[in-house]
Amino acid sequence: MLRLQHVSKRYPTGNQALKEINLTVPEGQVVALIGPSGAGKSTLIRCVNRLVEPSEGQIWLRDTEITRLSTRGLRHIRRRIGMIFQEYALVERLSVMENVLSGRLGYVNFWQSWLRRYPQADVDNAFQLLERVGLLDFVDQRADALSGGQRQRVGIARALLQDPDLLLVDEPTASLDPKTSRQIMRLITELAQERGLAVVINIHDVPLAQMYAQRIVGLRAGSVVYDGPPEGLTTAQLTTIYGEEDWDRNRQADPADEDAVLAMVAQDAGQPRPAL
Amino acid sequence: MPVRQIDDRKLWQRYDTATRLRLWGGWIGTTLVVFVCWQVISGATRWEFVADAPQQLSQFIGRMFPPRWGYLNELWLPLWDTLNIATLGTLLGLGIAFPLSFLAAQNTTPHPLVRYVALLIIVVSRSVNSLIWALLLVAIIGPGVLAGIFAIGLRSIGFMGKLFYESIEETSREPVEAITATGASPLQVLSYSILPQVLPSFAGVSIFRWDINIREATVVGLVGAGGIGLNLNASVNALQWSQVGMIFIVIFVVVLFSEWVSARVRQAII
Ligand SMILES: Nc1ncnc2c1ncn2[C@@H]1O[C@H](COP(=O)(O)OP(=O)(O)O)[C@@H](O)[C@H]1O
Repeated sequence: MLRLQHVSKRYPTGNQALKEINLTVPEGQVVALIGPSGAGKSTLIRCVNRLVEPSEGQIWLRDTEITRLSTRGLRHIRRRIGMIFQEYALVERLSVMENVLSGRLGYVNFWQSWLRRYPQADVDNAFQLLERVGLLDFVDQRADALSGGQRQRVGIARALLQDPDLLLVDEPTASLDPKTSRQIMRLITELAQERGLAVVINIHDVPLAQMYAQRIVGLRAGSVVYDGPPEGLTTAQLTTIYGEEDWDRNRQADPADEDAVLAMVAQDAGQPRPAL
Repeated sequence: MPVRQIDDRKLWQRYDTATRLRLWGGWIGTTLVVFVCWQVISGATRWEFVADAPQQLSQFIGRMFPPRWGYLNELWLPLWDTLNIATLGTLLGLGIAFPLSFLAAQNTTPHPLVRYVALLIIVVSRSVNSLIWALLLVAIIGPGVLAGIFAIGLRSIGFMGKLFYESIEETSREPVEAITATGASPLQVLSYSILPQVLPSFAGVSIFRWDINIREATVVGLVGAGGIGLNLNASVNALQWSQVGMIFIVIFVVVLFSEWVSARVRQAII
């Protein structure tokens, strides 16, 4: 589905953000990218839709080589790649509906988008998605009137209205409280599963990553240092990724938090979920 | 270093000794310059004229009062011209400054070279006063309202263009990234992520400039570019001080009115 071969990125400042990344994500898989800040996580996912140009290597989506596309071809392939951001990246002064519909910009021409004349099918889908993320009552509100969690839901609806094959998710929970974070992670992974999307999520919260991802990729200083199942992430592995720290002590220091996680997991039994 | 060690104590001061000396030097230097300038200016001034000033002023005002109220009837048309010069000039400036600002802003310019040309246009427009633009245009297209409109418009391009492109450069990057990531075309990215962010400030700046232009439109007539300034010029030349007084009153009322309108509109936008 998504394949990265020998992808490297060196910024003009000389920072070598990615070194020789090889990564294959099959259809329907949720991958969590973890690693300390500066490890290159956001650079990596931005290379996939070329918001950041990789310096070397190839990136394939299905049988299209993204790294070789012209401007027009790139715009076409970007429609197949939904993106969700840490700071939601909504257009504050536009309404919730306008923000969600902007997910269709790649499919409509300039005048249609300028006059907000989206095809009825798009509008139907937008309503459906807004209902799914629980924001049907907010359709006409301006985006800046919403809370953080609600804004992220708008961001999710926008990305999914693109009808993507792949979701790139950049620190979706870094600006949210723990409870909302879990709700958002659950929503993203559920929606992805319903639609069979491949998902790459940047996340620095390791327990959250373990809870919702089927596979963990650990990044350190631009290289992959762990690639495996969530259960395989041992203390030694965490040390390789993040450096020396008393991991078990940290984990135990938060018993209340862990309980809360378990309680929430129990709350919606019935939803398949990877073991903690 | 502002931290000094005395015995085992650390002393901290805002400035170290060298900086303190430089600051003192600066103060003394400034004082000297002001003193010298004062000497030169007072040497070149005829103090008898200055002493005489209050008397002159009161005579001057005395000649303007009572204003010739009847003259008002002749002022309606020039007044209408003045409002038109200001409003159409502002629209002209807006029409050019709007696209220009996107070419001039670092984050939206298609090419650095284009950006420099756009910045040059903005600087040239800004560095020439409306009255001078009017002088030039009266020479080129002849006296009248049209010259006034162009003069006001040309001066407004720089003012609005500069404030516009600054607000474009201040927009946040995230929505731009997000809209780009959907596969939108560059024009769609502009219209969905940048434009909504800058629209309120564009509207505010335009109204503010219109308000300024009302005032400027009252003077461009002095050099023949139409509006109430023509009457002012004629009345002064004819030593018709009571008419001049009447014109001043009219201008004052119009300016008050434009201030009120622009305050109202800005309130409505924000
Ligand atoms: N636009 C940029 N220009 C120069 N260096 C950058 C830029 N963006 C990121 N970097 C550098 O690349 C490295 C990886 O950054 P990033 O991908 O943001 O890591 P992460 O998302 O894991 O925190 C860091 O060393 C960072 O300083």
